[in-house]
Amino acid sequence: MFAACADPKAIEGLTWAMCYLTSAKHVDFYWSFVTVLALLAITAPAALAMGFMGATAARSHIAPLRWLGKVYIWMVRGVPDIIFFLFFVIALDQGIEYVKSLAVCPGGEWPWQGLEFRVCADAKVPLGNSPPIWHQLYGFLLAVITFAIVFGAFVANVIYGAMNAVPRAQLETAEAYGMSRAQVFRRILVPQMWIYALPGLGNLWMILIKATPLLFLLGVKDIVYYARELGGSKTQAYEYPHGDWRLWYFLGLMVFYLVFTRVSEIGIGKLTRRLSHGQATAGGEALRKAAA
Amino acid sequence: MKRLLIATALVAVSGTAWAQDVVRLGTEGAYPPYNFINDAGEVAGFEREFGDELCKRAGLTCSWTTNDWDSIIPNLQSGNYDVIVAGMSITPERQEIVDFSQPYLQPTPSAYLALSKDADLMSGPVAAQTSTIQAAFVAENGMQVVEFATPEETVAAVKNGEAVAVLADSDYLKPIADESNGELVLLDKTESIGGGVGMAFRKSDKELHDKLDAAIKSMKCDGTLDAMIQKPEYFGPNSPLAWGDKGKEGC
Repeated sequence: MFAACADPKAIEGLTWAMCYLTSAKHVDFYWSFVTVLALLAITAPAALAMGFMGATAARSHIAPLRWLGKVYIWMVRGVPDIIFFLFFVIALDQGIEYVKSLAVCPGGEWPWQGLEFRVCADAKVPLGNSPPIWHQLYGFLLAVITFAIVFGAFVANVIYGAMNAVPRAQLETAEAYGMSRAQVFRRILVPQMWIYALPGLGNLWMILIKATPLLFLLGVKDIVYYARELGGSKTQAYEYPHGDWRLWYFLGLMVFYLVFTRVSEIGIGKLTRRLSHGQATAGGEALRKAAA
Repeated sequence: MKRLLIATALVAVSGTAWAQDVVRLGTEGAYPPYNFINDAGEVAGFEREFGDELCKRAGLTCSWTTNDWDSIIPNLQSGNYDVIVAGMSITPERQEIVDFSQPYLQPTPSAYLALSKDADLMSGPVAAQTSTIQAAFVAENGMQVVEFATPEETVAAVKNGEAVAVLADSDYLKPIADESNGELVLLDKTESIGGGVGMAFRKSDKELHDKLDAAIKSMKCDGTLDAMIQKPEYFGPNSPLAWGDKGKEGC
């Protein structure tokens, strides 16, 4: 990157450290923080939406919808994450390519031949000849979908419980005012259930932050992958040889995760306070007394 | 509107289908000098140079991708890349599920790396990378094996005393021993395992297999393969991996 870094083996001390920390691989490492943050920023709302739909379905009055919601929650919660991430992603990837192959491939052969999955080159997603960025984006997209489905199931269970925790009297009062079922749901149930859901959702957010290393299973290079790769000892085959520095890289990651979770805790605390206003909960009562 | 967007996206994606077909080469990227990710973040090492030269000879456009060693064969089968070029030794077990090219490196000598020359291999577990010929060898020869997902971790296990030694390709271990300031040494005992290193293909990919096989043969015949193997930054001038006269048979 800098002219002084042209011959890394001839420099030492601070210059070496500066060149080392700005090598292209380190820049990739810094970008991977952005990848992780972007994943969280997209996945959290997506999982919330999935969870909301799951919970709504699970308490629906229409039996098939209710079964669908319950089976979704039960199945995804019951399968270990790592199995889900290994199995589901491959199935999703092959499923997408199979559907595409129906549209673009001549012949229409059954693609699962023994251990191999074979579709014509045009059905590959992304196409084999597309630049690496498309492969990365596609991996990222699969990651977002998988995370949203897995965490959505947990969110659904939290929201399902929170909906049941809203005092029945609130809903009955609304019904007595003549509101329809949809109106009760929209105007009374949903605004009030958040305060009951928040502790559970906060927990899930913390777990989601820490679950990002699962990204590497999906072929997305995340911060933990880079920390291990950069920290591993490097022989003279590399431009910047060094010993086993993984401890330092992982310490750095620990600081990152601790700061991030601490900031999240503060944010969740503020949100809890805001949502407690006017609620018939201990927190809401405390706020009312403090104001009086 | 949404449908319009999807249609546009599909056209944009399928539009690139007209470009030339690209062969995707998969490697591990953690096993110098065979293959590793250099400080520029790119695949480097012997197999990088070798693979690029093969593609040039076969008239193919190639791109590189990395994958964990653990899942490198399943991902080949599900089509995430077309060829494995990752220092993979040819074994009967692997041949049942993938097709190998002719070997491009002779059977690799494996060495033990330990804390001292008199380490007793029977006194404790010997580390090896998961799903390697070395891991199988250790288990078959009455030693206790402890497996790790990456080569880096196998060496770390010896350093922190979790294993008495690590068994791996000597070309991977030698620079580590040389640069450890005497902390780590190679035992005199070596093992000859495996049937040479080859590229792995899906069994259904006959055409690609034949093209690259011919390219390997041409590199053996005109001596460029040996010259590449013997480069000091890869395996060195006296490397037993080079072909010599054996590579010229049938040219």
